[in-house]
Amino acid sequence: MEVNENIALEHGLNKPEYKKICELLKRTPNITELGIFSAMWNEHCSYKSSRLHLKNLPTKGKKVIQGPGENAGVIDIGDDDAIVFKIESHNHPSFIEPYQGAATGVGGIMRDVFTMGARPIANLNSIHFGSPQHKKTKNLLRGVVQGIGGYGNCIGVPTIGGQTSFDESYNGNILVNAMTLGLVKKNKIFYSKAAGVNKPVIYVGSKTGRDGIHGASMASAVFDEKIEEKKPTVQVGDPFTEKLLLEACLELMEGDSIISIQDMGAAGLTSSSIEMASKGKLGIELNLNKVPCRESNMTPYEIMLSESQERMLIVLENGKEKDAKKIFDKWNLDFSIIGKTTNSKKIELFYDDKKVAEIPVDTLVENSPMYDRKWKKTKLPKKNKFSKENFKNLKIGNVLTKLLSNPNICNKEWIWEQYDHTVMGDTIQKPGSDSGIVRVHGTDKAVAATVDSSAVYCFAHPLTGGKQVVCESWRNLISVGAEPIAITNCLNFGNPEKDTNMGEFVECVQGIGEASKYLNFPVVSGNVSFYNETKDKGIKPTPAIGGVGLIKNFKNMITMDFKKVDNIVLVIGKTEGSLDQSVFAREILNIKNGPPPEINLFNEKNNGETVLNLIKKKLIMSAHDISLGGIMVAIAKMCIKAKKGIKLKKTNQLINQFQYLFSEDQGRYIVEIEKDKFQEVKEMLNKSSVHYDELGHILDKDIIIDDKTKLSIDDLVKSNYTWLKGYMDK
Amino acid sequence: MNSSVIIFPGSNCDRDMAVALKKFGFKNKMVWHNDTELPKSDLVVLPGGFSYGDYLRCGSMASKSKIIDSVIKFAKSGGLLLGICNGFQILTETELLPGVLLKNKYSKFICKNVFVKINNSENKYFKNIKKNILELHIAHNEGNFFCSNDQMKEINDNNQIAVHYCSQNGEIEDSFNPNGAIKNIAGLFNKEKNILGMMPHPERMIDNYLSGEDGSIFFQNLINNLK
Repeated sequence: MEVNENIALEHGLNKPEYKKICELLKRTPNITELGIFSAMWNEHCSYKSSRLHLKNLPTKGKKVIQGPGENAGVIDIGDDDAIVFKIESHNHPSFIEPYQGAATGVGGIMRDVFTMGARPIANLNSIHFGSPQHKKTKNLLRGVVQGIGGYGNCIGVPTIGGQTSFDESYNGNILVNAMTLGLVKKNKIFYSKAAGVNKPVIYVGSKTGRDGIHGASMASAVFDEKIEEKKPTVQVGDPFTEKLLLEACLELMEGDSIISIQDMGAAGLTSSSIEMASKGKLGIELNLNKVPCRESNMTPYEIMLSESQERMLIVLENGKEKDAKKIFDKWNLDFSIIGKTTNSKKIELFYDDKKVAEIPVDTLVENSPMYDRKWKKTKLPKKNKFSKENFKNLKIGNVLTKLLSNPNICNKEWIWEQYDHTVMGDTIQKPGSDSGIVRVHGTDKAVAATVDSSAVYCFAHPLTGGKQVVCESWRNLISVGAEPIAITNCLNFGNPEKDTNMGEFVECVQGIGEASKYLNFPVVSGNVSFYNETKDKGIKPTPAIGGVGLIKNFKNMITMDFKKVDNIVLVIGKTEGSLDQSVFAREILNIKNGPPPEINLFNEKNNGETVLNLIKKKLIMSAHDISLGGIMVAIAKMCIKAKKGIKLKKTNQLINQFQYLFSEDQGRYIVEIEKDKFQEVKEMLNKSSVHYDELGHILDKDIIIDDKTKLSIDDLVKSNYTWLKGYMDK
Repeated sequence: MNSSVIIFPGSNCDRDMAVALKKFGFKNKMVWHNDTELPKSDLVVLPGGFSYGDYLRCGSMASKSKIIDSVIKFAKSGGLLLGICNGFQILTETELLPGVLLKNKYSKFICKNVFVKINNSENKYFKNIKKNILELHIAHNEGNFFCSNDQMKEINDNNQIAVHYCSQNGEIEDSFNPNGAIKNIAGLFNKEKNILGMMPHPERMIDNYLSGEDGSIFFQNLINNLK
């Protein structure tokens, strides 16, 4: 087929990009070459709209072994142990085919982690759906949850945490972000950089089929009503093969025969081979007849662009082929020597003894387009004034009941009971906690992980929202007694070619950068997903942050359930009463404008570090960060988990009681302390200049707010647990 | 005491089981599905997971694996054979135990703590056990035990029901049945009571930082009975 500009446009390239390709090659590309360019230059693989801004994120730190740019980030957790982790989106495929889209999202991120030599030890996910009333929501939710479970459960990696939200901006564009953590010895980390000439290039794993061709391009375009027609481009997952691939790769990695290894993810064989060559400043020669194919008569174009799952590319030391093959034979997986490294700095493809493509590697990588897209700043909205009038006729009990059953606050057991969260025998905090926690097998150490996002705040003011998500992640780790180490981010946004969407991206990233720098909480890996838009309607900006922290002795971890009657409950951090953008304002008062709560990074850090110190000194019995729904929802959840109650003290706050109990001011925690430790705790808080309020003390049942308001825990459990079950199983 | 855990491709609770067995004093060996001989064992375990992907009926591929003949021989000569979750499914597929494990009633994978009540303690597994209601953990998609009326009659006649799903206080009722299993059956013996298949995972409950500790009671009691 003769390539021309129209064919290039059909591949998602634009006219200037096509022109640039012809100039770089000094000729017209053939169809295989065009396919390769389109795969490497699309948004998903090239980060052409985001690169400029991502550069500014802090990515270094004392505990960072590997920052962005590899298959996943790596951090040091002491004793020669390291944690490899990353989050990735699979939004577009999941909307078209929720089960397979979500399943292969989980499979892909696990491969990114074990490619680096790490055994996956925990999965998390952040999933976002349209309004519960929207006709597609229920089926999408059911399919996504089954898909995530279907894959992770089969591999035998526990899903220890996650986040689910509903918002009408996802009606036509759900989000499915999957995160994996793996454990590896520091001296056994594997990288994708090839080295040395004439080394064999090996293909292992599943056979190549026609599925997923142009998947990465699909993820780089907006949806229209014909999106269902793209179903064939969604890959099909085979977790069994992935389990075999995992075991086989880890077995091979015990030896020293691997020079470089890379999983075939987006843009399959194309991006994996090119990445290896590019990082090693080498060339690669491939004989496509050697690629194990599932279907007959596949063309070089199809072989290079297939996104069939569960495949890996490996560069081996010479002479190790036989031993390596033995391992893959044992696990019943394909093993084929498909080429070699060269010093040509070109990717050269052969098929039926003919050269079918020849492209200098740097034209695909270094010379890929980078755009400084137009973007618009979001002004900080004006604050709303709240007066007694707003709260007239409201009863705290009714408000609380309503908030606890709100889709974004309610208990998500219906979801996480479908995920195996206990396999591997080291899960010590399950989903539904502030962070999920797994022990580092056979040691006293444990790793905590959380995934968070706040699209409502990010939409109201992206800069503040970006900061807030990082802070929330930090707080969730501290609340379980973990020292926060680093984050991974999944940046889900609308169309970058629109200046408002691009502005949301730029300012969210700026906010993430500021907060992670200040908190010494660097970004070590991540992924960008643009074009989350259907028929011109974009999603709310939704950066999801995956945070990871370390607990040196798991016996010192903190859980959120109240422990003992009569213990004192404190609010750490100052409550200003900012209601704008809170769930209370939006859902109860129906006020949806205004700025998100302010972020004060000094207080955030100081409060967090002080709480962590209190935990280290064993002064805290239970803790929970304050987020959606404010103090009242936070203590209700602590009561529900423990089936205990609390008696609130009469407060002499200057602000209204509703503002005090339901505002979403940041940097706050609820902590439980023993009576005889109160003096010591007070002194430590005062010394660190941390504001605190004495909220009340624990009862064996009922929440007593004042003489008139007494709430039964059983009723609260009911409101918290029934909405999702009722919605899904009706 | 020597134990052996069989690893099929796709097994994923093999390590957890080995950890638990060792913790309570077994000398454990892992046995690969392509082997044909079992090491000398006092107990053989078929662990949980998705053997061969379980793309056919769960456990059916494993029931035709190379190692399985030795396992059957071992059990038929009276050796203790324990199948957990996928292991239970394999035991019904090999017809060492009666019945089948269907898809859960609500077609959902379920991972949570449940209570089970021991129905028959005149055997090596439960003799002298200090609690007769255990809190254990289930994690499966196909745990809905079903059998024909004739099979049920035989099961009852031979007192083959090992454990029932129940409430915290031991009530065996529908509302405590997580998957629709007939008669709340969570675990089953063969006639001779040397083979036990069970959906719940005792190996996930072996210290108090995990979902619970009743698995410890199970393993400690088992090794005591074998000594």
